[in-house]
Amino acid sequence: MATNPLYNAQFIDHAQHPDYKYQMDDPTMSHEGINPSCGDELTFSVRLADDGTIEEAAFVGSGCAISQASADMMSDLMVDKTPAQAIELCELFKRMIRGEETDVDLLEEQLDEAAMLRDIAHMPARVKCAELAWRTLQEMLEAHGATREVSATVHAACDHDHAHDGEDA
Amino acid sequence: MLTAEQLVRIEQSPYKADFPLLAKNPEIIFLDSAATSQRPEAVLAAERTFYETMNANPLRGLYRLSVEATASIEEARKHIAAFIGAVDAQGKPQGSEIVFTRNASESLNLAARTLPQVVDLGPGDDVVISIMEHHSNIIPWQQVCAATGANLVYLRLNDDYQITPEEIEAKIGPAAKIVSVTHVSNVLGVENDIAAIAARAHEMGALMVVDGAQSVPHLAVDVRELGCDLLAFSAHKMGGPMGIGVLWGKAELLDAMPPFLTGGEMIDSVTETGAVWAPVPQKFEAGTQDAAGSYAFDAALTYLESLGMPALEERERLLATYLTDELQALGFVKIVGPVDGSRHVGAVSFTVDGIHPHDVASILDMSNVCIRAGHHCAQPLLAYLGESSTCRASVAFYNDKSDIDALVEGLKTVWQVFNGN
Repeated sequence: MATNPLYNAQFIDHAQHPDYKYQMDDPTMSHEGINPSCGDELTFSVRLADDGTIEEAAFVGSGCAISQASADMMSDLMVDKTPAQAIELCELFKRMIRGEETDVDLLEEQLDEAAMLRDIAHMPARVKCAELAWRTLQEMLEAHGATREVSATVHAACDHDHAHDGEDA
Repeated sequence: MLTAEQLVRIEQSPYKADFPLLAKNPEIIFLDSAATSQRPEAVLAAERTFYETMNANPLRGLYRLSVEATASIEEARKHIAAFIGAVDAQGKPQGSEIVFTRNASESLNLAARTLPQVVDLGPGDDVVISIMEHHSNIIPWQQVCAATGANLVYLRLNDDYQITPEEIEAKIGPAAKIVSVTHVSNVLGVENDIAAIAARAHEMGALMVVDGAQSVPHLAVDVRELGCDLLAFSAHKMGGPMGIGVLWGKAELLDAMPPFLTGGEMIDSVTETGAVWAPVPQKFEAGTQDAAGSYAFDAALTYLESLGMPALEERERLLATYLTDELQALGFVKIVGPVDGSRHVGAVSFTVDGIHPHDVASILDMSNVCIRAGHHCAQPLLAYLGESSTCRASVAFYNDKSDIDALVEGLKTVWQVFNGN
């Protein structure tokens, strides 16, 4: 058997039976991310609670096990986080994947299960797969950042994204 | 299915010892020769010999070293010409028909940038390529068509991965001015009937360009039998160094083509307002050339000829057949391409049920099995086949049965990782 710790049972479970892979009803915002070199594509959606925190996160799409497991782990992590916290975690994840942050205790504390993806720092061809969900979430939150306190505006700005979700689903 | 006698012939490789990387790293299972081959010791030694014994800037120097460097380039041209059958009626190799480039991609770009002027390409004209082209034989023609208003027409495959005579007749008509088709697909491994396509192209008054990147390394290619006007290929896929490519062309055509890159070495004379081009092939070779690379490529051909291309072709066909058969014997693998292994020249593409090709390749890498996964720079083909990516294993003569057995074991591991036992 292969000895690389990445493709372990916990990882495979996230890839094959993702808890957060479904079409969300009535999301606050959605955003599509693609990784052209692999053909990975996913649409990530979140719904914000009245207090501005992420109350639900979900994704649809297709791709390799790393992109799918990474999206599932990220979704689990993001529930109850504020958009600002979520962006910070995305930045931390990207630093981990690029080998810039290697403090395992810090990574496990902050990123929970997603810290198991740190070995991808040694697999440069797969970095984009691992980052896809995180990059997509961060882009979406930043694009809506200026107006995120006013949820009605966010809804209006996202209408075309919703239409696109429908085509993908 | 191979016979017992055929299996014995691929049981071991007498050639691995000639390749330092393979000899020094027996744990590496190299099944990606369609991307680049390994290089034999003779080629590495030649590169060093050039710099140790004849290093000087070729062409312009008036001293002995430069003369030797120049002579080595011209010797390499003749050798390459002989290797692909570019000889005159007396059998004399036509070295002046060999243009050095960096790689097959550059050779195809050279063709695409210069042929439109030769054929006066314009609106209403057709440039015909096939759906199984590498991006290197698609994008240059897309650019040409965008610039000239010509139409880009695709030859498509039937269900058996063939470009049929009917398709050739239908797509290559009187409007065709340039036809550019790959000899062997880098994804499917299938060989196209270039002679038939070239005959039709010429009948319609079009020029025939062939991408030989995947065929010249594996088949005894003869440009007279192919009947083409231009042939592009790379040294690095056939044991030569990276950074040397070839565009072969018929002398009259090369003469008619305008220069591609301009500058030093490619002129006879320059004034304040203009220049007179050097004769072919120097007309196409601006700047200092990789003389060590062409010298080492010459050595690669000598090595291949010492083994005999027909013998290597036969061995590779046995390896490709064994590879295809073994992959099919795994219930969870689907071949993307002909199931008849003998139709594969080097490359065999496949998918593993429910597992993304990149995950397959990453897990195989953990067992030191090197394969390619992705779109193989042939996205239009993959889209046409309804795949977003595939795995590709490709063999060369230095592989043996044990390499393919290691791949099969590795694929069983891949399956177990995702599905248990």
